Amino acid sequence: MELVEAIILSVLAASTPLLIAATGELVTERSGVLNLGVEGMMIMGAACGFAGAWLSGSVIIGALCGIIAGVSMSLIFAMMTLGLAVNQVATGLALTILGVGLSGLIGAGFVGERIQPAPHLYIPLLTNIPLIGRIVFGEDAFVYLSIALIVGVSWFLYRTRAGLVLRACGDNHISAHALGYPVLRIRLLAVMFGGACAGLAGAYLPLAYTPFFIPGMTAGRGWIALALVVFASWLPGRLVIGAYLFGAVSILQLHAQGAGIGIPSQFMSALPYLATVIVLVLLSRARTGGSTAPAALGTVFVPDR
Amino acid sequence: MRKTILAAAAALLLAGSFGAAHAADKLKVGFIYLGPVGDLGWTYQHELARQALVKELGDKIETTYLENVPEGPDAERAIEQLVRAGNKLVFTTSFGYMDPTLKVAKKYPNVHFEHATGYKRDANMSTYSAKWYQGRYIQGIIAAKMSKSGVLGYIGSFPIPEVVSGINATMLGAQTINPNIKVKIIWVNSWFDPGKEADAAKALLDQGADVIMQHTDSPAPMQVAAERGKFAFGQDSEMIKFGPNAQLTSIMDTWAPYYIARVKAELDGTWKSTDTWGGLDSKMFEMAPYTNMPDDVKKLAEDTQAAITAGQLHPFKCPIKAQDGSDVECKGGDHLDDGQILGMNFYVKGVDDKIPGK
Repeated sequence: MELVEAIILSVLAASTPLLIAATGELVTERSGVLNLGVEGMMIMGAACGFAGAWLSGSVIIGALCGIIAGVSMSLIFAMMTLGLAVNQVATGLALTILGVGLSGLIGAGFVGERIQPAPHLYIPLLTNIPLIGRIVFGEDAFVYLSIALIVGVSWFLYRTRAGLVLRACGDNHISAHALGYPVLRIRLLAVMFGGACAGLAGAYLPLAYTPFFIPGMTAGRGWIALALVVFASWLPGRLVIGAYLFGAVSILQLHAQGAGIGIPSQFMSALPYLATVIVLVLLSRARTGGSTAPAALGTVFVPDR
Repeated sequence: MRKTILAAAAALLLAGSFGAAHAADKLKVGFIYLGPVGDLGWTYQHELARQALVKELGDKIETTYLENVPEGPDAERAIEQLVRAGNKLVFTTSFGYMDPTLKVAKKYPNVHFEHATGYKRDANMSTYSAKWYQGRYIQGIIAAKMSKSGVLGYIGSFPIPEVVSGINATMLGAQTINPNIKVKIIWVNSWFDPGKEADAAKALLDQGADVIMQHTDSPAPMQVAAERGKFAFGQDSEMIKFGPNAQLTSIMDTWAPYYIARVKAELDGTWKSTDTWGGLDSKMFEMAPYTNMPDDVKKLAEDTQAAITAGQLHPFKCPIKAQDGSDVECKGGDHLDDGQILGMNFYVKGVDDKIPGK
């Protein structure tokens, strides 16, 4: 039973950065913008988040620095793709390359330093309940925040007028524009939200997961977050399932190896991406029920003034 | 554009030939690094050695390094760039630079090259590496002494001979203390992914291992062990900062003596292509101080280290049984020969695992 508890705790921790980053990207893509620079924004969030926490001694300030770094990166992206109507795919890839390089430069002075990781919640009695106590009442703040975030986004997209307008921009920006909605301004806010989430997800790594900074420490998690949005077919509910599924696969494959279960580890490492491809195939075959990609995803919009 | 490049190249060549005419000019030595100099592991140790080299011979040489050079075709360009800039001795410090280095070496027969951990050589290209398995053997002994559960946790990067021989050396050392010692192995399929390495360490500890060993490059597993009050060994570098109460010792790459010797040879004009595979005796690597263990374990570790250094003890001394219980052919007299260790692709008896892809 203890092993089950330990595995679930590890899965929650491994899934949290994926869930936060993917939530942001989901909102961005729902507004019709494809930002492939998640990895770059995340690693910048990691470097600046660690720098902020180390200099101030506060995890909260570190997290804020991570968010600011992510938003700053996303503003570069917005300037290019919304302001100058440059190709989104190319800009996103460039953003990742920029982020990886720049974060190494910013973080260089902090390599080898250590900080106190984000504290875990402790409520007397409740946290001590066997099995579920530590899982439900003993996480760090990021875990609770990630769940609040996805619930909030889900409510925003489907229960508010603003959410409806945002989705309209993603599905048909010409109609939305004709109805008088400021498409570019809405997309700018969506891109910034995506940047904030990516920055926070990146900051989670050095602030809670492995409390130190090393260049390149996101190690491809931004790309997994991107795959996750597709896997979830742009639906918040499926995103939660997907994030914990991806996290579970990455942790369980380690346990399977340790226990000597003979599944090739290379196969298990590739499984999240394989699952994404399968979901894409299923989506393209059966276009009923679930929603598919926002119709205007990845296309630039130039208002005809 | 092409004309400008050609002109610049010609100018460089001219400058180079003029430089050779003035004996007072400094020897230029170049380095190619795989990671950032601040990776706290593999590249960091090469950078420390370069700094030691500058300290020792700074008045006679000038050094340059290129960091974050990916392995593969791109490396060729980087190496050639160093040669064109007038470097007469170039160190390429990762296995994946082997073929690019050889290609550039053939093109510039008057420049000398030093390639780390490879096996291809030429008249102007040497190789150098370290017998890290000696350190792993000592770690195995310490681990078996310190483990209460009798289960060791091993984080592997890729199932290449160097890593496999490390696992075997660890187990052979551990079995001298506890014949029934167990090892759980997790491959993370990466040299460097702090999050995944930490997850692997957690998984191993959750499954009952109480000493963590790693053949990956980040200090994340050390930090996890420290957090859980368990023990771990560092990798490449001193990692005690990340686990003051957890690090037992660490295999630290110390390239400085070799770099200084080779540059001195270049200065004297006695540089020759060689194949160096240095062990504890040649100080190609060192063991970090033995910490967080009782005095008798420390003494045992030190005695073992002394015996290996003096050549009295070989970690792969025969007879060695393979996983299925059959005897391994003994090509080196009373121990396995270097070729068998460098190409090791089997587990010794007692490793309850399968090499991935075999």
